[in-house]
Formats: sequence, structure tokens, C-alpha cells
Amino acid sequence: MSSGSLESILCKYDGSPHNLLQILREVQEEEGWITPATVAALETALAVPRAKIEGAASFYSFLHLQPVGRYRILFSDNIIDRMGGSQALMERLCNLLWVEPGKLSEDGLVSVTTTSCTGMCDQGPALLVNGRAITRVDEARIDAIAERVRAQVPLAEWPGEWFQVEDNVHRRDILLGSDFEPGSGLRALHARVETDGIQASNTRSWREGLPRGLVGPATMLDEIKHANLRGRGGAGFTTGLKWEACRNAPLADGQDRIVVCNADEGEPGTFKDRVLLTSHADMVFEGMTLAAYAVGARRGFLYLRGEYRYLLEHLEGVLARRRRDNLLGHSIIGIPGADFDIKIHVGFGAYVCGEESALIESLEGKRGTPRNRPPFPVTHGYLDQPTIVNNVETFAAAALIALNGGEWYKNIGTSHSAGSKILSVSGDCERPGLYEFPFGVSVAEVLEACGAKDTQAVQVSGPSGFTIAAHEFDRKICFEDIPTAGAFMVFDKTRDMFQVARNFVHFFAHESCGFCTPCRVGTSLLRNLMDKLHNGQGSPYDFEEIEKLNHILQAMSHCGLGHSACNPVLDTIEKFRPAYDSRLLHQQFTPAFDLDQALSQARQMTGRDDELAHFGAEHGDKQ
Amino acid sequence: MTQTFILDGREIPFEPGQTIIQAALAAGVFIPHLCYHPEFKPHGSCKLCTVKVNGRHTASCTYKAAPGLEVQSNTEELNGERRTLVQMLFVEGNHFCPSCEKSGDCQLQATAYELGMMSPHFDHFFPDRPVDASHPELLLDFNRCILCSLCVRASRDVDGKSVFALAERGIDSHLIVNAASGRLADTNVALEDKAVQVCPVGVILRKRKGFAVPIGQRTYDEAPISGHLPLAEEC
Repeated sequence: MSSGSLESILCKYDGSPHNLLQILREVQEEEGWITPATVAALETALAVPRAKIEGAASFYSFLHLQPVGRYRILFSDNIIDRMGGSQALMERLCNLLWVEPGKLSEDGLVSVTTTSCTGMCDQGPALLVNGRAITRVDEARIDAIAERVRAQVPLAEWPGEWFQVEDNVHRRDILLGSDFEPGSGLRALHARVETDGIQASNTRSWREGLPRGLVGPATMLDEIKHANLRGRGGAGFTTGLKWEACRNAPLADGQDRIVVCNADEGEPGTFKDRVLLTSHADMVFEGMTLAAYAVGARRGFLYLRGEYRYLLEHLEGVLARRRRDNLLGHSIIGIPGADFDIKIHVGFGAYVCGEESALIESLEGKRGTPRNRPPFPVTHGYLDQPTIVNNVETFAAAALIALNGGEWYKNIGTSHSAGSKILSVSGDCERPGLYEFPFGVSVAEVLEACGAKDTQAVQVSGPSGFTIAAHEFDRKICFEDIPTAGAFMVFDKTRDMFQVARNFVHFFAHESCGFCTPCRVGTSLLRNLMDKLHNGQGSPYDFEEIEKLNHILQAMSHCGLGHSACNPVLDTIEKFRPAYDSRLLHQQFTPAFDLDQALSQARQMTGRDDELAHFGAEHGDKQ
Repeated sequence: MTQTFILDGREIPFEPGQTIIQAALAAGVFIPHLCYHPEFKPHGSCKLCTVKVNGRHTASCTYKAAPGLEVQSNTEELNGERRTLVQMLFVEGNHFCPSCEKSGDCQLQATAYELGMMSPHFDHFFPDRPVDASHPELLLDFNRCILCSLCVRASRDVDGKSVFALAERGIDSHLIVNAASGRLADTNVALEDKAVQVCPVGVILRKRKGFAVPIGQRTYDEAPISGHLPLAEEC
């Protein structure tokens, strides 16, 4: 790449090593991959050791230190994509292009492989070409893609409708049904504040982060607390407490408070944040601004998952408009001292970065490894500054609370789960898409609404959540019963629940960050055990092993990824035991090693597949 | 008055700011560990030092001691879990103790003995990890790496060089060196670097110094790792 364009990218990111990952992304968008020359140039320009640059870049699935071809095609590999036939479609594309999955074609033109769920389960099977999402893939579309790759047609000239992403909203409630006016939340809150002394108190609390009691920010915090808003990322931490802890955290010289919106929507089967950012971005950004107002923050980040890179220009546009309308920037809506702006940080394919401390590490330009806690981000977050990290939906709800008041909000939903929840429904149903319900809706009601028939199971809150069987369909979606980050994957009676669990276990093994021993090795061991059962070598012994691994992962893992990696297996063993029993072909322990399988590489190298090239039982006797 | 907490029924004094493992080692109580080293910031990744604090599992190298904590460490349950972690480390890499120069001085091997590990239990992964013999004085045998990152921290924080770093993620995580060629010979590593001294296993080895101390007379041949508390004196 020309030194001039590297220069301008460096300039855009203040030449700061904390922006290393964004610099690498922009370089890669120009060059296709991160060349050794780029690494060498950045080593000098940023004064960062090259091993650190390589160590950080190689952590992320979408940053490449090796050439990956002019066309890099990634099939979304969630179980829902698989149920839509993604595996056969990928095989078809590989055959048409004469490539092996995961390998660069010999002419360096194309590579085809899988990636974790891309957040398009309502319109899959889906894939990414050079980071751009293509939805509703079928055989005809695969053939057409292969044609264009072979003819080396630039991506910009591919049919626009392939890249069409629909919102698919089927039930609207307070959030999705609101025609939110940009700035209305800020103005409504401002109008509610006692006017006496507002200017001075706002300026003081904003600048100095003074504790509660001051009218403007305190009013916002009080509304959020009164609303009983809880985080929408799944864990359900009380938002008001988090904001208050951040607001009360002491600031060292030169420090700021930071507001981070977690749009790293990586939980397979979840896609609500995609729609919120597509069609309700103002509500999300306004929620962030209100949060900044409440805690006294001047800087904000939106951490956008790499799979949603296509939304970047749209979101930058919304931010630019909000700056023009004085909804961001200095003295927002004329409140002196109310200064706040938002930067967008694009992620690169690492599920673990949805964990808030890993997300902060990634924001700082490092490997996305979850931190040791305490200290928690509310006191020591981004560059050790007090930081709140909230889900996209949480911020959108905060904007509505500012607009309509906490009292209005707390009366929606259940006593411990105020408000509404947006569910991302996919799988075996007539109308996959988004369904917003007040908290307390039953699984059965959701199934009815989406037109699901003969349902065998629902996976609520993604692989790390809960497998709900038919006898539990009267259970309710709320923090008191089934808490959820939003995924709602439906499986009818024709589906093999073992394969569902196996897909999820592969996902965890792929996404483990590798920091701690139990998760790094344990998720791979678990994957191997599930494959062993899949290959017909399972015995009751393997069940004991799964339980043992589950115990170690839950007790010893560093973060939630390891803690929940066994959930889908344990849930399906408990509730869908026949799916496992049919695979327990042996009563005695059987090793996973298979001599005939071990010879497959030799067969491939010699191009043989005849009977004598196999080590079956009959041949074994002759040896 | 000195503050104390309870570890396996015994009162352990601690200074404010000390972690559980620091206080325990200073008091002469062994807690198994691999990635912990008293001279470096705790990492908390190997999880061998996991204890139960008031009934909850937590890594003792990152958990701050506090008055009145009830800590369990030397229990059948915890030692069983630690044994499983050591077995995981053994099958993840390629560890052939009888032919390893570090045998008898290796903390992984000594910890396995300490915890009564009799077999690797799990299927071996047999990863393909080429050695780096490019440097005239040093050999890097990545087959034995347990990703404790002690060399990474020592090189960065003590030597001020960042010769080592971790790359990739998950089960593919591995150690790399700071050179465009990827070879140790092309880094500015030096024999006297702290990073060269801290490897708890047999990854970073001096060339031509093999078996200078005969097997049978090595650190953990003399006494098990729990009897050494080599780190306690430095606390």
C-alpha cells in the first residue's frame, strides 16, 4: 500500500497504538490482508513490537496476516443455517470453484470456509463475501456467485438484492413500535428537571462527576432506577446501579468517564441489535447520550460486530446528523457543559468480545481476553477509566424511559423484569424475525405468534442459554424464569437435538479465547467427545466424561464462555436422552481412534479409495 | 495488629494488598501454581491455584486476601480438579518427560507428581509444533509450552524487549517471537534476559548445557514441589 494512504489512516486514528485494530482493519479493507510490510511500517509508526501487532491481529477471525484471496467467502455456521442447507450449499460452491474448504485456491483468487453465526438467521442461509452479508442463499444464488467469482466481477457490480437485509419485524411493542423523534428523550428529561439552578448544577456534575443530588444528571439516574431497568445482554444487572457506580467512581487527573454500547451481537441466533441499529439508531445513540449525561461521561464508543460492518456508513451518517442537530458535541441541546461524542469501533469476528472486559481490551487495540476482576469496568474500564458497558437494547430502553418516565416503564412487564424484550426468532416456524413482547410472555405464546408447529424444543438465549422442551412451554421469558439475551431458536420434531448440541459445542471450542486452561483445552475435549458420539464410538463412559468436563469448566473457567459451554449438552442429555442413546453403540469403552479414518490422509495423497485402501474388519484379519 | 484469614483451618497472616497465594506461600503453605511468579503481575490463566473462598471457586493468585475469609485449598475435591487441569496441559502439548532436558526441574512434571497424576487420562492432541533452533545459544521447543506467558511478561516488564508474545486464540494459541522471520535468532534476546530464566517447563533451553546436572539430583528429585516453596522466600 502507498505510504500516503497508510499515513492518512494513521492520521485519522491519531497515530495511537490504542487504535491499532481499527488501523489494521482500514489497511486490510484497502489491501485485502495485512502484509509483512504493513506490520513493519506500523511497528515503527506506532512504536509497538511486531509480535504484539501479530499477536493481536491473529486473535481475530476477520484480520488476516496471510493472503485470503480476492474473494473470501464465509458461510454462517449456526445450526439454523445448517437446517437451511448451508453445508450442502458450501460443498456446491467449493465444487464449482474447485477449492477445498478453508484453503486458498491455487490461483489465489478465492477461499471458502465457515464462520460463527452472522446474525441473519431470519433470512438464511447466509454468507459473507469480503465482509458483506449475502442473505437467502440457495442453489441458484450459489451458482450465480460462482460465476461472478470466476469472471472476477467486482463485488460492487454484484446484484444489489443479494445484499438486501430485511428487518422482519412481526410484533412491535414500546421499542420497535415507537416513532421516536431524535432529541425527544433529551428534551423531555430536560423539561422534567427542576429549573432552579439547573445550569450550574449540570455543569458541575458533568465536569466533576459529582455524586447524586444535583438536578439534571440525578434526574436521569433516578428515572432509570425507578424504571427498574435491567441489562438486556442476558445477565440482567440493574442498569441504575451500574451507572451510579460509574458516576461515583473517583477520577484521576486527565481521566474521563466512558460510555460503551455493546453491539458485538455474537450469540448465535440473535439479530435484534442489527435491526435496532438499522431502523432505530437514533434511539440507541440517544440512550448513550442520556447515559453519558447521567454518569458524567464525555466519550462514547459503539462496538459494532464485524459481521455488521455494512451498517458502518449508515451509523456514521446518523452520528453526523446528530452532531449537526446539536444532539452530540458541545453543550448538547444547549445545556452548558453537556459535551459528549461517540466513535464507532468495528470488531473482527470474536464472540468472546461480547464479554464486557474482553470488549474493553479489544477497544484498547489488544487481544480480546477477559480481564481479571475485580476491579470492574465501572471503576477501571477503558484505559483504566470508569466505564459503563451496556447492550444496544438497554440504551434504546433508556431513551424511552427519558421520554416517558420511569413510572410508565416499570408498569410494563413483570415485577422483577420491567419493560419489553425483543426476541430474535428463527428456525422451524412460518414467520422468523423479531417479536417484541412485554416481559412475562410464555414460550408457547411466542411459538403461537411466529407460526411454529410440532415444536420439539426451543433454544432460548443462544448456545449459552437454555434448551426448553415441550413440557416447559408454559415457562415465561423474564429474569425470574428464563432470562435471555434475545435468541429464540425453534426446532420441530424432525430435528436431531444431538446435532443441535454438537453444533453449539463446536461453536464454543472455536470461540474460546484460549487464555485459561479449563476453557482452552476443555472446550476442545468436549468437541472431540461429541464428535466421538457422532462417529458411532460412544459408550456410557463418555457421559461421565462430559459431566466431569462440565464440572471443571463451570468451576475453574475464567469467564462466562467456559462456564456455559456445557449447558447445551447437559440440557439435551437431560431432556432429549434418546438422541444420545441411539448413538451409544457400545456398552464398553471404545477409543475415538479409528485406524481406517487415520488412513484417510494417505488415501487422499495417493488418490485411492478402493477397497484395498481401506482398513475394514475383513482386511484387519488378514494383516 | 496483623490481619488474618483462614486457610484449611489454619490462620494465615497477610499484609494489605497481598493476594491469597502470596500470603499462603509467605506463611509456608503450598498452593499448586504454574503461571504465578512472585516477581510478576498475576496472570490468572493456568487456574491451578484455584481455591474455594467462602464456598466459591476463585484463582488465589488474583484474589486479594481479606480478614476473616474462609479458604479451602488442600482438599480432595480441589486437588482432583487441579489434577484434571494438569492432565489437560499434558494432552494439549507434546510432553515426553524421559527425553526432556527439564525433567526433574520442570514445574509441570513436579506438579503432576504432587497431585498424584498417574496417566494423561484424555486423548492426546499431538499438535504439530516445530522447534526453533535458529539461535546459536538457545533452543525453543514449543511442544512443551503451557501458555503461562511468564516469558512474555518477563521480556516486556523486566527486560523491556517484548521478545515473546501470544498469537491466535483458543486451542490454536501459541507463542511467537518478535522477528519478521519468526525466528529467535533474529530477535534481540540475550542469555542474561529474565525471559530466558523463567520458563517453568522445557520450552526455553540453553544449548550445550544439556543434562549438566544428572537425573536423580535435580530440584524436584530432592524434594517434591510442595516441599520447596522456592518462591516463598522471594515473596
